[in-house]
Amino acid sequence: MPRPGFVLEVDGSTPPILFHHGEGFRLEKLPAGRSRVVYPGEPLEPIDDVDQAIEDALLHPLDTDPLPALLRPDMKLTICFDDVSLPLPPMKRPDIRQRVIEAVLDMAAAAGVDDVHLIAALALHRRMTESELRQAVGDRVYDAFEPKGLLYNHDAEDPDNLSFLGTTDKGEEVEINKRAAESDLIVYVNINLVAMDGGHKSTATGLASYRSLRHHHNVNVMRHSRSFMDRHSSELHHSNWRMGEVIRNAGVKIFQIETTLNNDTFGQDGPMSVLAKREWEWSTRDRAAFVGLQQGVKLLKPAARRKAFQTWRAPYGLTSVTAGAVDPVHERTLERCFEQHLVSVEGQTDILTMGLPYICPYNVNSIMNPILVMCLGLGYFFNMYRGKPLVREGGVLIMTHPTPWEFHPVHHPSYIDFFEQVLAETTDPLEMEQRYEKQFAEDEWYRHLYRTSYAYHGVHPFYMWYWGSHALEHLGRVIIVGGDPKAVRRLGFKPASTMADAFEMASDVVGAAPTITHLHNPPIVMADVT
Amino acid sequence: MGSLSKLSPAKVTAQLPFPYRAPTVPRGVEPLPEEPKLGAHYDTDWARRFPARWARAVILEAALRPAVRVLADPERRGYDRLAGLEPPVIFAANHHSHVDAGLLLTSLPEPFRYKVFAAAAADYFFVNRVAAAASALALGAIPIERSEVTRRSADQSAALLDDGWNMVIFPEGGRSPDGWGQHFRGGAAYLSTRCGVPVVPVHMEGTGRILPKGRNRPRPGRTRVTFGTPMRPADGESSRRYAARIEDAVAALADEVSHDWYTARVRAHAGQSPDLTGADLGGWRRTWALGDRKPIRARKRRWPDL
Repeated sequence: MPRPGFVLEVDGSTPPILFHHGEGFRLEKLPAGRSRVVYPGEPLEPIDDVDQAIEDALLHPLDTDPLPALLRPDMKLTICFDDVSLPLPPMKRPDIRQRVIEAVLDMAAAAGVDDVHLIAALALHRRMTESELRQAVGDRVYDAFEPKGLLYNHDAEDPDNLSFLGTTDKGEEVEINKRAAESDLIVYVNINLVAMDGGHKSTATGLASYRSLRHHHNVNVMRHSRSFMDRHSSELHHSNWRMGEVIRNAGVKIFQIETTLNNDTFGQDGPMSVLAKREWEWSTRDRAAFVGLQQGVKLLKPAARRKAFQTWRAPYGLTSVTAGAVDPVHERTLERCFEQHLVSVEGQTDILTMGLPYICPYNVNSIMNPILVMCLGLGYFFNMYRGKPLVREGGVLIMTHPTPWEFHPVHHPSYIDFFEQVLAETTDPLEMEQRYEKQFAEDEWYRHLYRTSYAYHGVHPFYMWYWGSHALEHLGRVIIVGGDPKAVRRLGFKPASTMADAFEMASDVVGAAPTITHLHNPPIVMADVT
Repeated sequence: MGSLSKLSPAKVTAQLPFPYRAPTVPRGVEPLPEEPKLGAHYDTDWARRFPARWARAVILEAALRPAVRVLADPERRGYDRLAGLEPPVIFAANHHSHVDAGLLLTSLPEPFRYKVFAAAAADYFFVNRVAAAASALALGAIPIERSEVTRRSADQSAALLDDGWNMVIFPEGGRSPDGWGQHFRGGAAYLSTRCGVPVVPVHMEGTGRILPKGRNRPRPGRTRVTFGTPMRPADGESSRRYAARIEDAVAALADEVSHDWYTARVRAHAGQSPDLTGADLGGWRRTWALGDRKPIRARKRRWPDL
């Protein structure tokens, strides 16, 4: 029986606490008597017979006919799936998308469906490479469809292959992939790693164009999404749900398949398993593994270290697979997500600490540049709450990450210019939205790289910054421990060499004896703050 | 040479006094009938004890695997279909060549690879002591009677499966005589039902070109091993029907190799997978039709893979 997550009150005998630090780790002693640590729950029991569970979901969907009844030989079927940003880290093969897609295709084969397309729903993310597509859909599906041009990445900048479906009652334009819009049935295969994923966001965001995305990927929406991990309190999701209604009213039929994974990010044994254990339960073997890991990564050159971490494949177990109409499916999915991630926490804190790991949704097989550090900390981890933020308004956020002044030139070309030009001028999201967004979004060179190379869209670094705009508005100070001071200052944050220095710097804002809460993430934990 | 033949071991032993040589039988006594120790009666228990298992692992990794790599250049697919599968398992494959056993044994993933036995023809691999010992040691083979159904072979296989050993079997009962497959016999299906063990259908392509039946010298080539989805008997399903289903599964895998997965699934659902045993044609036309079954090779990965 897996143990649920919980809140540890730090006392004098609490051992130093693990902080992720990019491609490395730190052990930090937190002040006794006024610190607490929010620990994630242990991995929920996975489903034993995954294929049977998938078949059951497809044959007994929620609020719609079983999948075989929706399939006929002369139909247009489009299978869309989440891109390389999910799950994190990538999971051991076979990926759950592959297993679901194969089951769907097997039913399509039984029905004799000839016109099948598969689309990676990546919105403005970079295109997936061949090996990433193979990882997601498996070799069999890849070899059957890609050579015939039937498996491909969504292109949000291809005017000939976008379809305008209308506007919401708030004036939001809805434009999605033409093939998907004109299909008799879209089967969307999702991975709901966190509560933010899935629902109408799958299609309304994953298959959309910039024209459509800008209506919810903006500063105003982000500041009113509190948090975007809680869909019912998230303006981001409200906008996507309105768009979902427009899509439905346009006659687009979606068969949604959502999956949830457990917290088995680092495995139950092996060198990384120690990262998922509670520090006072580390055995001699765990401690030896940790020391070996910590010292081993120090010996590697940065590129080798990055490669070593990026090759890690998580042995995630499937905790649910639900199919059918979007809304009921997503509600059930959220229940399973929260069951794994949610931990009750009483009251807010003056200082929130977090150790940022080596990976975020936008640097899979890539470099975690400073903008992504900001996005992971202030965007994702800060928003890991329901109710109210873990840290009080005007409080301090302390993150650990090396924050190197380094960018992947192929994946993140517009990030480089954003960092050099925009952030040198302003860190205010509203100002950069008004002054610079259009220029980057419509830049022909970025557009060309997005469409033909493996680059994120020109506007993407803006979105990363907006992702943290709620936190920027909420926090009194942000400190990064162990980061490149120049890069940290460019982000508008304060650099600190040690955690003790960071606490000292924070005292200017929150006083001499502040309360501290550490979010022990990953594995994923979400605070239900009352 | 004459002096050397005088020193032959048989002659030297014959010179020795009893008990250093075999006893002579008194004339008035009916000698006991000699117990058969070869063929289906060959005792292979020794080959599953620790020293033999250790030696087999060394042979597999140090000799068989390099030889298979040079000779058969295998491309292995479908391991993902075995995710979560626990031993024991029966791997049932089509059979074209002596290369098949080595290729399949070296293709098995863990945890199946080092605790496996192969069903081998008693009348071929166990005809003399040297061949029998080599087969038992190198392949973990046990003798199976091809010409008749014997309780001994079935009981031995079932006991090993019950004991957690995995099994490799070629249900066609022998190598293909003409490049096409033969109908599957019921052994794998029977054992699967009896022991409650899943059958993994396996298709091996290309070994028939390397060392077909009737040829002694191998010609190196490329092969592909494709593992299928594990199968279990349906409620009340007869071994014959189940064996036909396993054959169909291998035929669908063959179709997957020569076309693509989705096309193969469409045809499998429509009951139109090309038969493993080939069209009912005579003479050269049957051989000619083999050319249609060439596999699609994976293309080289394209730049860039960032």
